Amino acid sequence: MRNITLSQAVNEALAEEMRRDPTTFIIGEDVAEAGTPFKVLSGLVEEFGTDRVIDTPIAEPGFMGMAVGAAMTGARPIVDLMFGDFIFLIMDQLCNQAAKIHYMSGGKLNVPLVVRTNMGATRRSAAQHSQSLQALVAHIPGLKVAMPSSAYEAKGLMKTAIRDNNPVVIFEDKLMYQDKAPVQEEEYLIPFGEANVKREGKDISLIATSSMVQVAEKAAEILSKEGIEAEVIDPRTIVPLDEKTLIESVKKTSRAIVIDEGHQSYGVTSEIASRLNEKAFYHLDAPVLRMGAMDVPVPFSPALEDITVPTPEGVAENARKLCSGELIHAA
Amino acid sequence: MAKAKTNTEDYLRMYRQMVRIRTFEDNANQLYLSAKMPGLTHMYSGEEAVAVGICEALTDDDRITSTHRGHGHCVAKGAEFKEMFCELLGKEEGYCRGKGGSMHIADQSHGNLGANAIVGGSMGIATGSALRSKMLGHDDVTVCFFGDGATAQGLLYEVMNMAALWNLPVIYACENNGYSEYTKTEEIAAGSITARAEAFGIEAFKIDGQDVLAVNELTQKLVARCRKGEGPFFIELETYRYHGHHVGDINREYYRSKDEEKDWKENRDPIIRFRGWLVEQGIASEEEIEAMNAEIEKDATEAVAYAEAAKYPDVSEVDMHVYAD
Repeated sequence: MRNITLSQAVNEALAEEMRRDPTTFIIGEDVAEAGTPFKVLSGLVEEFGTDRVIDTPIAEPGFMGMAVGAAMTGARPIVDLMFGDFIFLIMDQLCNQAAKIHYMSGGKLNVPLVVRTNMGATRRSAAQHSQSLQALVAHIPGLKVAMPSSAYEAKGLMKTAIRDNNPVVIFEDKLMYQDKAPVQEEEYLIPFGEANVKREGKDISLIATSSMVQVAEKAAEILSKEGIEAEVIDPRTIVPLDEKTLIESVKKTSRAIVIDEGHQSYGVTSEIASRLNEKAFYHLDAPVLRMGAMDVPVPFSPALEDITVPTPEGVAENARKLCSGELIHAA
Repeated sequence: MAKAKTNTEDYLRMYRQMVRIRTFEDNANQLYLSAKMPGLTHMYSGEEAVAVGICEALTDDDRITSTHRGHGHCVAKGAEFKEMFCELLGKEEGYCRGKGGSMHIADQSHGNLGANAIVGGSMGIATGSALRSKMLGHDDVTVCFFGDGATAQGLLYEVMNMAALWNLPVIYACENNGYSEYTKTEEIAAGSITARAEAFGIEAFKIDGQDVLAVNELTQKLVARCRKGEGPFFIELETYRYHGHHVGDINREYYRSKDEEKDWKENRDPIIRFRGWLVEQGIASEEEIEAMNAEIEKDATEAVAYAEAAKYPDVSEVDMHVYAD
């Protein structure tokens, strides 16, 4: 099987779906000739023209709102939000409008749109271009949230998102755009709400999203050498969440760490840990641990930024403590 | 007012629709005052000529976006009393199955994309509907209703910029009723409202929003031009809301005098004016008009009774329609 980058995978998914459905279009800043700052969309405007790959002024609420209106009336817009941090700019259109219109209309209006944006720190981009804000949108009923962990997931989840009849937000880790993974030539879709068990193990479950899956896999390698077998699970979508697979894993291993790059407090890790506590409590031998980004704005200096996000060594260290019983009575 | 020229049915329908809006609102207000309606509502009374003049220039394929003060748009775009009162009372047979209520009411099947409870919240939606129309080669036009208060929202200027850049078939209809909630418009709007649209190269018009024929005539022209790719357009319609910001806003003399309200109601009422014109032009007799009014009143009374007796949605519906299949 060929290896392609996450960037190529997203590009292929968009091109395939735009060929398949003439009502799809891309709208956002510098999406056409520029192909976005990360060059993810390169070549699309040449194939689909500027009517379907639409460069907008720098006006996020404006083009987000327009995507909602286009979606409500028969098109399938793909909104390109240049940085995940700009989600704060589109909150009303995404959360008050897109998320609620199907419900408020008693099921009569649909909003089939995709917001593709990014997340991820350690790119030395400071506090307004480095956030991982998936928890904010996952909190709002009516939105679905996908977090691809490799090129394979990026392609399959994007295709599913475009065909979904609901607003879907996809967070791509901007540090992974050049990461390659095996991606089959033949068409495939990845259904929402189906977690992927990346590595089987019996001693502890490492539940990780997006780039944190790589962190968890590296931690599992380290632990394996010490005789601890970690199971690594990628939920792939956090809304809907495949609770069943996560709970089954924890019932087997009796320990879990949840790892996500969003801020730890009130975050994705808190939500998943809480569900495991509620639904697998009597199977647990240790408290479920959360590992998110530190509760600080992302700092610029590499010396500071690197310590704000979970690392394989940090995950391995916590896993060791959980497996040895050290954290059972942690204050 | 203009001279009668085309067929009288159009005029009678416009009158009828204006009276239907007024009657709907009078009944809604009574439901509120008698504590039969959950929550509160924003009355459209006084602004009827705006919604009717504009919507009578549209087809069912044309879309509108509405506001928190949206009952008038909803009626004007073709909605029925029964489903509307059911929605107001949170009943299962309401247009939104009771999930939207007054502030989200819409008969979606006639091209109403919904009332919006965020002031200015639908400007993107309307403009996006127009973008879809142009992109997919359709010929429908979208009208975005909003109030003078909403002109303070930044979203308007973002989407007007794009609508003008891309010649989108959208008409921005600013219902200037003189008050931004509990504040005079002159205290919240600097400069000229139409000049703001003109800054984007958008043709803008300021007209008497109490003259249904003038509103309809202008809208017909602009809709036709939109269909030819000459949009967008902007209309500022001078109008007046008879009630407060919402039905509970009773003691409002601190921001608006009773004399001013009396003047608009007695001297500029869109229904009284149009009724006088219909009689004067020999389109309808006083008796015919009274009969029409009585029939509408009867319809409303029956619809209210129906809605009061109608059942609430089953509790199992609470998590239905969060996601579409």
